[in-house]
Amino acid sequence: MAKTPESVYQEMLKGIWRDNPVFVQVLGMCPMLAVTNSAVNALAMGLATFFVLVGSSLLVSMMRKWIPKQVRISSYIIIIATFVTIIDYTLLALFPKIHKELGAFIPLITANCLILGRQEAFASRNSVRFAVMDAVGMAGGFLFALLALGGVREILGEGALFGVSLFGPNFEPWIIMILPPGGFLTLGLILLFFNWVTEKHKEAQMRLLQPAEERSS
Amino acid sequence: MTEPADQRPNSTNEAPPPVVMEPSSIRLISTLAIAGLVSGIAIVAIYEATLQTITENKARELREAVFKVLPGVSKMKKFQLEENGIRFRAEEGKDENTIYGGYNQQGEFVGYALPSAGPGFQDTIGILYGYIPESRKVVGMEILESRETPGLGDKIYKDLSFVSNFDNLSIDPEIVTIKKGMKSAANEVDAITGATISSKAVVRIINEGNERWINQLPTYGIPLPEEGSPE
Repeated sequence: MAKTPESVYQEMLKGIWRDNPVFVQVLGMCPMLAVTNSAVNALAMGLATFFVLVGSSLLVSMMRKWIPKQVRISSYIIIIATFVTIIDYTLLALFPKIHKELGAFIPLITANCLILGRQEAFASRNSVRFAVMDAVGMAGGFLFALLALGGVREILGEGALFGVSLFGPNFEPWIIMILPPGGFLTLGLILLFFNWVTEKHKEAQMRLLQPAEERSS
Repeated sequence: MTEPADQRPNSTNEAPPPVVMEPSSIRLISTLAIAGLVSGIAIVAIYEATLQTITENKARELREAVFKVLPGVSKMKKFQLEENGIRFRAEEGKDENTIYGGYNQQGEFVGYALPSAGPGFQDTIGILYGYIPESRKVVGMEILESRETPGLGDKIYKDLSFVSNFDNLSIDPEIVTIKKGMKSAANEVDAITGATISSKAVVRIINEGNERWINQLPTYGIPLPEEGSPE
């Protein structure tokens, strides 16, 4: 595949759906389950991760010729941790309420395997343009997954979305949904749905009898 | 099942970084040293840039909490508790012996805002509560810090009917928690159904605060200095 503008675009799209970091690669489960008890928290965590991932991919890709491979992981961690600290202080200064809710999970973005994984698997081997597009796609996919989980859990668990009540005062909230078991339940069901859709899609393609040159394009 | 991206041959790969020969350890060390240095500078910069806003936020949060737990107060002062009584705290910041006094529009002393903290269901709960020494009553309670279970324990600040238990609460002989809907005496607090441990923790923390502070506090606080003196 030549490096055409479309392929840059595809690098981005693959993260959102085909290789979605949560639903397909099942990465970054710790923040995924921990902070998705409301849509606002999910959004904040998603955006923070977005900033860190895109920033780190950009830097790692720019520096990839200078970082000796023996110390690459430590260098990536330094870069990632710096971005995390920046977003940590920025949130603390601008949105203290959200920072309070997310608490320890902001510093823990450093340890999100999704971010280090993208540096090692992609940003360190590709040009800046592709690395950034890949990061945007992956982070977008992560944000999408967090929002899906956070939205479902908040709607069922508090009868609200982004703090706006949906069903009026008579709704009896399903509290288990915003407790940890609800996170596992919702994630399991969403994964099930996602795999089901993928299977259907594959079957439909098989029926067209196109010997796929590239698996599941 | 789709393969994860990382195992798929990546068609957009450039040639892997050429490995010429083993780089010297000086090169490795200097790479990490430079990375660390740049990272350190970036962190110091962001710390300096946000420090002022963060301190202001914290101070504002505290002021708002004091005004909330002491109704009718329009001016607050920091007090410092010492062995021989209390004095105005002139220094910046606070320590474990700092409390707050509230004054009304006429500059008359109204009551104290007292901090107290203790273990909740999950983690420390930090509380600020308003106390009127003249009537020996708690007149307001605000949770400053808590990690109670969302949906259950967090009702200690989200459930307004629980919070309003503390609007006019007698502290004698001590505050007690009772089952919801059974409140009959002035020193009783209705517990939250499903969050009994958190509700009891709040009451216990206030009782501990009372034990710690109340006997050392003069009933009428410290009279406000004349107008014109610096805040």
